[in-house]
Amino acid sequence: MSIIRYTLRRALTAVPVLLGATAITFSFVYLTPGDPVDVLVGFDHVDPETRAALRAEYNLDRPLWQQYLLWLGDVVTFEFGESPITGRDVGETVASRLPHTVALGVASWTLSLAIGVPLGILAAIKQGQPADEASRIAALVGIATPNFWLGLVLLFVFAVHLGWVRVTPPDAPLVSLEMAWFVILPTVTLATALAAIVTRLMRSSMRRELDREYVRAARARGLRERTVILKHVLRNASTAVVTVAGLQIAFLVDGAVVVEHVFSWPGMGQLLVESIGRRDVSVVQASVLLIAVATVAANLLVDVAYAIIDPRIRHDR
Amino acid sequence: MNEQTTRRGRIRIDGLEEHLSSDRADGDRTDADRPGDHRDASDRQMAAANTRPSATSASTGRSTLTPRDGTSARTVHSRSRLEESWRRFRSNRTALFGLAIVAVLSAVAIVARPVEFSTMGYTITLQPFSLAPYDPNELSVGPPNAGPSLAHPFGTDWAGRDLFSRVLVGGRYSLSIGALAVALALCVGIPLGAIAGYVGGWLDEAIMRIVDMLYAFPFLVLAIAIVAIVGQGYWNVVFALVVTGWLTYARLLRGEVLSIVETDYVAASRALGTPHRTILARHVVPNAVAPVIVQATLNVGSVVTAAAALGFLGLGLEPGTAEWGAMLAQGRSALLRGNWHVTVFPGAAIFLFVLAINLVGDGLTDALGSRDGRERRGR
Amino acid sequence: MALLEVENLTVQFYTEDGVVRAVDGLSYEIEAGETFAIVGESGAGKSVASLSLLDLVGRPGEIVDGEVRFRGRNVLELPREELRRLRGNDVAIVFQDSQAALDPVYTVGEQIVETMRAHEVASGREARERAIALLERVGIADAQSRYSDYPHELSGGIAQRVLVAVGLSCEPDLLILDEPTTGLDVTIQAQLLELLEELASSFETAIQLVTHDLGVVAECCDRVLVMYGGRAVERAPVEELFYDPAHPYTAGLLASIPRIGADRERLPSLPGGPPNPIQPPTGCRFHPRCPYAEEVCATSEPDLVETETGTAADATRQDHVAACHEHTGDLEDGLGYAVRVVDDSPDATRGTSPGGSSGRGHDDR
Repeated sequence: MSIIRYTLRRALTAVPVLLGATAITFSFVYLTPGDPVDVLVGFDHVDPETRAALRAEYNLDRPLWQQYLLWLGDVVTFEFGESPITGRDVGETVASRLPHTVALGVASWTLSLAIGVPLGILAAIKQGQPADEASRIAALVGIATPNFWLGLVLLFVFAVHLGWVRVTPPDAPLVSLEMAWFVILPTVTLATALAAIVTRLMRSSMRRELDREYVRAARARGLRERTVILKHVLRNASTAVVTVAGLQIAFLVDGAVVVEHVFSWPGMGQLLVESIGRRDVSVVQASVLLIAVATVAANLLVDVAYAIIDPRIRHDR
Repeated sequence: MNEQTTRRGRIRIDGLEEHLSSDRADGDRTDADRPGDHRDASDRQMAAANTRPSATSASTGRSTLTPRDGTSARTVHSRSRLEESWRRFRSNRTALFGLAIVAVLSAVAIVARPVEFSTMGYTITLQPFSLAPYDPNELSVGPPNAGPSLAHPFGTDWAGRDLFSRVLVGGRYSLSIGALAVALALCVGIPLGAIAGYVGGWLDEAIMRIVDMLYAFPFLVLAIAIVAIVGQGYWNVVFALVVTGWLTYARLLRGEVLSIVETDYVAASRALGTPHRTILARHVVPNAVAPVIVQATLNVGSVVTAAAALGFLGLGLEPGTAEWGAMLAQGRSALLRGNWHVTVFPGAAIFLFVLAINLVGDGLTDALGSRDGRERRGR
Repeated sequence: MALLEVENLTVQFYTEDGVVRAVDGLSYEIEAGETFAIVGESGAGKSVASLSLLDLVGRPGEIVDGEVRFRGRNVLELPREELRRLRGNDVAIVFQDSQAALDPVYTVGEQIVETMRAHEVASGREARERAIALLERVGIADAQSRYSDYPHELSGGIAQRVLVAVGLSCEPDLLILDEPTTGLDVTIQAQLLELLEELASSFETAIQLVTHDLGVVAECCDRVLVMYGGRAVERAPVEELFYDPAHPYTAGLLASIPRIGADRERLPSLPGGPPNPIQPPTGCRFHPRCPYAEEVCATSEPDLVETETGTAADATRQDHVAACHEHTGDLEDGLGYAVRVVDDSPDATRGTSPGGSSGRGHDDR
């Protein structure tokens, strides 16, 4: 099966998942105890006129399935309406925060791979030697360190104690030297645990592959050790790493929520926490939904990447 | 060469059989002891050792090249798998070290303050010891924001509460949330996963679609959303972590069950008319549960971290509770003023516990021969 | 000087249950162009011995003693780069599990070309053309399109042929075939054996064939070495081995030959299984299963001796040697078996029974 057909088929399976995710997000308003209008306005006192207006805007008088479909129609066109709490356009609010999270996420993801992949390979080929033990311990420490705590400690050392960076983000455009300087700490914080996971995974899958018969056969064919490791073992081992990349993306988003809070980074995670504090359900809905869609899309990409690396997957279905 | 080929196969050895039959007495015993099929099976197991480490292969050598010897494979068969795993776990020093840390932290959490149970006017003291020098919630037992000293080894927080006592007692919240949330999630995930894998059909589809949909949300984001809906508090946090936690177990167990249902002994049991409930409970689940146990152990660590993260974001337990994460939430502003001790000690407690859990989990992984990266494969 | 000289090869494996001597003091030689077979049950150490020839025994195994000389140079002491040049180029191995021996993520052609490039035999278009020609040569129909197939798309028989093609890609002087017919169905086995025979003569390649199947050996080999529990128990030209087996284990193997290709590792007529490798039996390792075992067999270990003279065997000599007390005269009752050639087809040669007339007189009981 060609890679394009595989991608299309795989994308088709994402549709019911996305529908389910939207349904779950939609139901937030109803799952919260209390009248939907009260939920929407964060249990503030509202006059009957506003109440009626909100009922009309959110189609609260219609049957549930109609409400869902109407809401879905708006969501697909990125029309989330205004927040009853802040009065600002929800879609715009979310969109303004998105680049910050993407920037932080991409930077951390890249950093964690840049650290984790070579370290994992090194540990695998130096099995049982000091380099292996050291990377094992480093990975264990990295996984066990809660990111919010690591962030606080880094903040204390580099911002409070040494004064090298600011405690809060500078008032500068996202793409600027000041911002890049500031984003180093959050990136390191977020990347640490992920790098540890990648290292362990890379090590274990490299080890597993190194024990396979084709490795022995490749050596028997007289290939250079470098070729055996980098061309054969690494490519086979990377399928395992790519497989969990989906999990990594979810992990990255989870981490971002916390790390953004530590560093007051104005991203999606921070928005989510702020909105919960403000009881701004419409913004919570929009951000959670956007995160879910991004996660599903990322998983889709991961599966396609997997199929490119491993020909067996393409032919499987 | 050709001539030989035509003769081959027509060679008969005379005399050997007769000798063998006179020696049978000895021969039969060994033969009955280890029938041929048995050895073939262990051979195949060993051949599979490279691709799928299992407890059996690990104990007989790690390479396909290890001589396929019947005897060592047989010793494994006679020893029970659980015993073998326990033996392997016990010989793993770092894992035991981790287990010791978990035990000490749990014990400290229990004896930190007396445990009392009041009902109908009577108060029964279940645990009289009080390791913590102060009541964790008592204000102004020392000066506010004081650094570590002899009287207050971990210092005090903004309200003058003793941080040492708070960290000790805080283990009660964090550890019990971790244990409870994982146990309850297992109670949901194992039956659903087993049913999905064993029954199949629309039931499987339905369960796995729900799992897929919930998997669309990152773990912590979903937990945050649930807490946002149901509100803060101990049981609400546990609830949120169970809703997000059972997915992994269900998916993992379903995958294992699917591979076990294919095996001959399940087919045989089915053919013999053994009730499905019995097959599932006796044969399928016990054989499938090992990777789930490993995952669950490791998850105790991530659930404790997640609970602390919720506390840190101000979404977990009520602010002011002596829970490790919630203590860190107050720590940020203290830290910016330079009071490092407010964050360092609760954080170190989380770190220590999660590290220990990971050591235990890794030990279990080795002992039970579970595989990495299986989690996503359940589909 | 023979093409390959193996001397006192000893390989150990370190397992959790103890140290296993997978190969114990093995010596043999292979002449250029010769087809040599190593026969034994699973676990006899024959695959390990083959891997040792290219120093490919990995952890937890280790070659603890012995020499492997290829064209007079000790392979086990070669510098890394020279060892690499030897592997695949002068000596090639065709592994048992053909699917597992091919890297799943590269096409068949890529793996053949890669091997040729590693030894600077050919590159670019030329390598590609040669690879396709090789695939045709090993009898793969539609070699052009098979070239870009991935290993999982091949059947067992085709994969085995591909592996042979990879092995032949640099025209080695010695090709080691590890159980090449295991797991293939009977007709494909026969085809493959025919192919090997033909290739051996046209490429002038010596072959070391590792197998548990004496039927395969009869088909295409010049000389045979029988291994039991890591040691050589008998070595002989194929005719002699078949018609005059000098070790009871060989006789047992012969007695249990099924029709060609039937994949049976166990000997129906010999009770028991391979010896425990961690604590091998005392004396002769075969004695617990041997119907002719006497007291001496449990106490003293028989040396490999010439069957005719009873003098210590020499790896360089092309004669019939066996490790059984019978041949040093230490066995009181002797070996009570005889070889009979069954004549059940009309055009077969009648009455030839070289085994019966070998004159050692152990068939008269």
